Amino acid sequence: MAPSANRRPGSSRRAQYSTFASYVIAFAGALLGAILLVVSTGNAGAFAFWRSAASDATAPTASAAATGRSTGQDVWATIAGYFTFGSHVARTERELALARVKLAEAAAVADENRRLKALLALKEAEPRAVATARLIGSTSTSTRRFATLGAGSGEGVQVGMPVRSPLGLVGRVLETGQRSARVLLITDGESVVPVKRASDGVPAFATGRGDGTLQIRLITLGLNPLKPGDAFVTSGSGGLYWPGVAVGVVTRVTRDGAIARPLSDPGMTEFVAVQPLWQEAAPQTANPKAATDSPPSPAAAVN
Amino acid sequence: MPGPFAEPLQDLTRPRINRAPSSLLALALPWLLVMLGSLSPTWPIIASAPVLPPLGFLFLLAWLHLRPGLFPVWAGLPLGLFDDLFSGQPMGSGVLLWSVATIGMDYLENRFPWRGFITNWLVASAVIVGYLVIAAQFAGAASNVMLLIAMLPQLAMAVMAYPIAAQLVGLVDRLRLIPVREVG
Repeated sequence: MAPSANRRPGSSRRAQYSTFASYVIAFAGALLGAILLVVSTGNAGAFAFWRSAASDATAPTASAAATGRSTGQDVWATIAGYFTFGSHVARTERELALARVKLAEAAAVADENRRLKALLALKEAEPRAVATARLIGSTSTSTRRFATLGAGSGEGVQVGMPVRSPLGLVGRVLETGQRSARVLLITDGESVVPVKRASDGVPAFATGRGDGTLQIRLITLGLNPLKPGDAFVTSGSGGLYWPGVAVGVVTRVTRDGAIARPLSDPGMTEFVAVQPLWQEAAPQTANPKAATDSPPSPAAAVN
Repeated sequence: MPGPFAEPLQDLTRPRINRAPSSLLALALPWLLVMLGSLSPTWPIIASAPVLPPLGFLFLLAWLHLRPGLFPVWAGLPLGLFDDLFSGQPMGSGVLLWSVATIGMDYLENRFPWRGFITNWLVASAVIVGYLVIAAQFAGAASNVMLLIAMLPQLAMAVMAYPIAAQLVGLVDRLRLIPVREVG
């Protein structure tokens, strides 16, 4: 490229001032950026209004594009199918043989499950979804893992509500706009979900690692009882997330916990459901007045 | 750069009697393209790891290389702010990094005015890698070595995507100079 002409504005005083002013604004902009960064790092909720307004403004087009996502995937899958058909059949037959064995095992597990649940008198209470919507975008360039949901406070979505797909937990609502909401995915580094091992209730925390996997950290230290294949579900402790929602499966055991693969890939799910906040029912004996005042249903207390 | 659109576009942009490029189009299209790139988080890709190159930033770099002086030095302030609204980064990270990048590219332009495309690509690669790594630090990945490893595909993709972004910017540069306005 040839040297640009605007570096030396000549003897025009006005042009010199204008060049000088643009440099002043540029450096002031960098300084402003640094100040904003300090403010927003200290207070994650700052500027939420502006972000929500921006995502509200783009929500209609993003929703339309999200509708096309499943169609687009189908098109590519169809084309790819012609090339991978042979190996696909071979693999399917192999998997079928394995699946027959697994099915027999699953029947036994289901039977055991039924007995144990009866023993614990667990209610299979699944809350009514506040809203069902598509995920219409995600921060695919940043290392933070946020997704944009195509429903906002207009549909009753509130900050903190858990978001799940049919396959498992997706995340929780972080900021709401009128027509869209920002969801903190469970794979984000700042997301902490209280979980337990599905088989025996070993308590742990699932923290996102930002690369699509989860870090399972056991609460009780000692011998690490985890092994690959262990499934983790939300425990409901601390409120917020409803108990019993699938979170992830252990893929690799580490020294103090494990690395898990989340069960619900938000990229593969068509619709997600926003659930009301879960709040554990207080022990009946602890505060008799409160217990009589409020109905015992755990879904009653929201916020 | 000859591309598949070169011939018809050269015809389109050929100066004609009593026709001039629209100044609105010529000034607004570069800004619009960068902002369109910043909107990529609203694309229907739900990623569980950072995968996409920062398209808005790539477009800005390509414009700064192709047309030095077209963007004012302070362009990083408004464009970075717009990017922050959608990128998921903490507010201010884009404003700071885009401003610094624009000022740095302006300095480079004046210091080394004669460059080839390969040099531009090398410079852009260094700037993009620096931008993504520092942005990850701002987002709170300072202690997470795994996350930096998880970023490697994105870094590679961003470096590879730069020539494509530059080609697209070249195409839009042709478009914005089409003489559509009637003079006199």
